Amino acid sequence: MKVAIIIDGQMVQIDRGAPIIDAARKAGIFIPTLCYHEALKAYGSCRLCMVEVIQNKQSRLVTSCNFPVEGGMEVFTDTPRVRKIRRVIVELLLARCPDVPLIQTLARQMGIDFSRFKKKEEKQCILCGLCVRFCEEVVGVGAIGLANRGTEREVATPFRVASDVCIGCGSCTYICPTGCIEMVPDEETPKLRRMNLGKLSLSPCPNNYQCETCSIEQEFFEDIKRVIADFRNRHKKPSF
Amino acid sequence: MDLKKVDSILEKHGYRHSEVIGIMQDLQEIENYLPQEMLRYVSGKLELNLTRIFDIATFYKCFSLVPRGRHIIRVCCGTACHLGGAARNLEQVKRLLNVEEGETTEDLTFSLETVNCLGACALAPVTVVGKDYYDAVHPGKIEKILSKYYPESKRLPDAQD
Ligand code: SF4
Ligand code: SF4
Ligand code: FES
Ligand code: FES
Repeated sequence: MKVAIIIDGQMVQIDRGAPIIDAARKAGIFIPTLCYHEALKAYGSCRLCMVEVIQNKQSRLVTSCNFPVEGGMEVFTDTPRVRKIRRVIVELLLARCPDVPLIQTLARQMGIDFSRFKKKEEKQCILCGLCVRFCEEVVGVGAIGLANRGTEREVATPFRVASDVCIGCGSCTYICPTGCIEMVPDEETPKLRRMNLGKLSLSPCPNNYQCETCSIEQEFFEDIKRVIADFRNRHKKPSF
Repeated sequence: MDLKKVDSILEKHGYRHSEVIGIMQDLQEIENYLPQEMLRYVSGKLELNLTRIFDIATFYKCFSLVPRGRHIIRVCCGTACHLGGAARNLEQVKRLLNVEEGETTEDLTFSLETVNCLGACALAPVTVVGKDYYDAVHPGKIEKILSKYYPESKRLPDAQD
């Protein structure tokens, strides 16, 4: 069922229940995002896509990447309240990852050149979860996940040991917007790759999935290559 | 690993992913921690990604991936208990057992943890040992509390007459 909503003064017709961001894109309105990707399920972790919604005369802030559209809704994407929230988020990110180009660009675009928050341990990962969701939803493997909570939250393999399911496809490296997952040639056996994941460095498979007992079939790699090539053709890499 | 017990827990919860936290709580009852092989086994049985299970196991403070003592001491350091002097109680436990937070005594009797509010602020400062709650705890009471959990012949490492 289609419903009509008003977004920044423009009327948009869209399927009921679609996320607000779809309506915004339809109307040609840009909303900054970090954890949203059209090919993956909405995750709602970065909070950068906040917009103000007025429904039943009440205003509230919601994340546009996963908030469903309802008829009669009015959305504002650039109010002082929204700008303030985004500013805080970007400043927090800037304090966490001052050297990540993506965050620097984002800050520059928003006219932010310093962060009022204290810098702690510098990190590269913004915890957008794109790598985790890509590995699970598109590759269908689920080798990496998120672990811990609060300031300790990080991307990791289960038990922080070399994954026995990772196929070394490199999709996580490809999708990560901050470049924190590296696939590099193994120092000892350059034919193989190592996956550098924050503090972790692991070799996906020491024998390139060639063991006779390997449960991962070679055909699977062909399938995966096709899936990823297809994905690359259809979706551009998230960028600013 | 006691597969029968594990299976019966999974059975009890109907292998439902929505009950995974409850499942993990029950699993932890078996050995007081969550052994890696157990979680790998459960991940396969539930057809739930190990990454999800590991996320939950590391997210909640109540889960442990390393062996813990038979009795878990939880010293509440929440606001009310903090004001009531939780820090001094914590120091006393550490001193008596010679362990730090998150550690287990060598004889595997106790593990020491802190929590931020047990929802029993009226009893502050609260310390829980296993399932027993102790209210209005002060450093002088701690040795007596802990000694209840030792067999009569044994004493606290530091307790001398
Ligand atoms: S390289 Fe491994 S962890 Fe990364 S997407 Fe591929 S299977 Fe997943
Ligand atoms: S490693 Fe990259 S893709 Fe994965 S959560 Fe961190 S920033 Fe996002
Ligand atoms: S894009 Fe909506 S919360 Fe990240
Ligand atoms: S603060 Fe200790 S029980 Fe609430």
